Amino acid sequence: MTALAQTGYIAGRHLRFFLRQPWFVMMALIQPVIWLLLFGALFKSVTEIPGFASGGSYLDYLVPGVLVMTALFSCGWSGMSIIEDIDRSIVDRFLTTPIHRSAIIAGLNLYELVALLIQAAIIGGLAFVLGAKFEGGILGYGALTLCAMLVGATVAAFSDAMALMLRQRESVIGINTILTLPLTFLSAAFMPLALVPDWIATAAKFNPVNWAVEAGREALTASPDWSMILPRIVALLALTILTTAWATRTFRAYQKSI
Amino acid sequence: MMTDHTRAIEARDLVKTYPGDVRALDGISLTVQAGTIFGLLGPNGAGKSTTVKVLTTLSRPDSGSALVAGHDVLRQPDRVRRSIGVVGQKAAVDPSATGRENLRLQGQIYGLGGRRLEQRIGELLDQFGLTDAADRIVQTWSGGMQRKLDVAMGLVHRPSVLFLDEPSTGLDPDARATLWQEISRLANQDRLTILLTTHYLDEADRLASRLAIVDRGRIVAEGAPEALKAELRGDAINVVLGSAELAPSAARVLERIEGLGVPTLDGALVSARADDAATTVPVVLSALDAAGVDVAAITVARPSLDDVYLRHTGRAFRATAMEVPA
Repeated sequence: MTALAQTGYIAGRHLRFFLRQPWFVMMALIQPVIWLLLFGALFKSVTEIPGFASGGSYLDYLVPGVLVMTALFSCGWSGMSIIEDIDRSIVDRFLTTPIHRSAIIAGLNLYELVALLIQAAIIGGLAFVLGAKFEGGILGYGALTLCAMLVGATVAAFSDAMALMLRQRESVIGINTILTLPLTFLSAAFMPLALVPDWIATAAKFNPVNWAVEAGREALTASPDWSMILPRIVALLALTILTTAWATRTFRAYQKSI
Repeated sequence: MMTDHTRAIEARDLVKTYPGDVRALDGISLTVQAGTIFGLLGPNGAGKSTTVKVLTTLSRPDSGSALVAGHDVLRQPDRVRRSIGVVGQKAAVDPSATGRENLRLQGQIYGLGGRRLEQRIGELLDQFGLTDAADRIVQTWSGGMQRKLDVAMGLVHRPSVLFLDEPSTGLDPDARATLWQEISRLANQDRLTILLTTHYLDEADRLASRLAIVDRGRIVAEGAPEALKAELRGDAINVVLGSAELAPSAARVLERIEGLGVPTLDGALVSARADDAATTVPVVLSALDAAGVDVAAITVARPSLDDVYLRHTGRAFRATAMEVPA
């Protein structure tokens, strides 16, 4: 109970910070819009490639990819807040109080997810205005958003763990850059796997980003196959819990190094 | 170890080694009586901050044990954390939040809330003279104000032991003076036990009722500041000569005077320790006059912690003691 309340307080702290930086808010809102418009225009004609199975427009196809990519790219920076807090001795202050270690990580990541939720609403709204059909309705879009959030929470926890272990901005930026693009492109985010080389299709099977994209896309169809969606959500949830637990444990490594 | 409520801190043989064979703590033992201010004095890298990290549960020692507020730092870290307030070397405040928000989050972490917490926050803001700035973003505050907020945050939950790690580093003289007043007040009125680390001799002298000099991970001297100074016995007589060339002959004159220690030379300055400065000064002056040595000035200095430090470590405490931040 205390851990939950503390998670809320920490999330509130980060959210207040976010809302006080108009520039951050602008960036967070504009970035997914740019991606949606840019990728939408860039790959418009792929629907004409023989073998492109999805019946709808490329916009319908694209929304899950853009949303999951947004989750990857924004939550991957989570560790930067940790590094700033380390530099300002705020982490040390927390560690000498009775706060639950897990609440420090979970609170930060909860804030990331709230921000992601707002981004999801913007992407969904804009895509709808541009003519996406979303046959799966609100429930389908909700399931997609959940998948994106689980990816976001996993990446955020991973980023936090890296920050606590390496304590260097450059390392966190480096790992973030190295991971996010391949994870996005080794998936069906922008192109059906039937149309990509075999090795990419194989890699995608083990890529959690792809699980989220495929499950979310399925949820947006007129009659989703929930037996395909639910196991992927469970797997993503397990991954979220694992990485969060791991990030919480890295406080020990951090404390050994100070 | 027995739990003794008159002892707020009891550390035994703390050893801590960092990678690269750096022995930060080399067997530190100390006892702090409840309701007193205890000073840990030493230059940077002596082991003061590592001691604080171990006592505040931030770091684990390789060996040794410690009780803080009656709880074992290794076996009951959470109980220790509930009893202590920690003010680290850098002001650990959130610059993007207001002062009130900083204090509120700190209180919430300890499970405080509602009107009681708001009341406590108001009290602390008042006490530290921060009420007017309370709802402004801390980023816009001066360094001295941020430091006060930092101390206030360490007090939100009414701890019984407060750790202050170099509280006045980086503060201007005015801000230092007000912080010192506040620290003295906390110990006197609120019966708080304070462990203070500092590399300012005057700070230790002014605030601590008892202090330990730390050097290379060990405590080399411990006692009340006055007692440590009294150990040195005698005052320093400093003679400033008309020119540096006179120093050797002046030294030869002083060597023959009864009740005066071995003189040391530093340019035109010749110093020696006297058992009784009041009777020795006239003797020194007439002896120098008789030898034809031109004296520009003569002063008598009570022993300072500087001298105590020099005596116990064999090195002058020059590091940062002279530096007064602008």
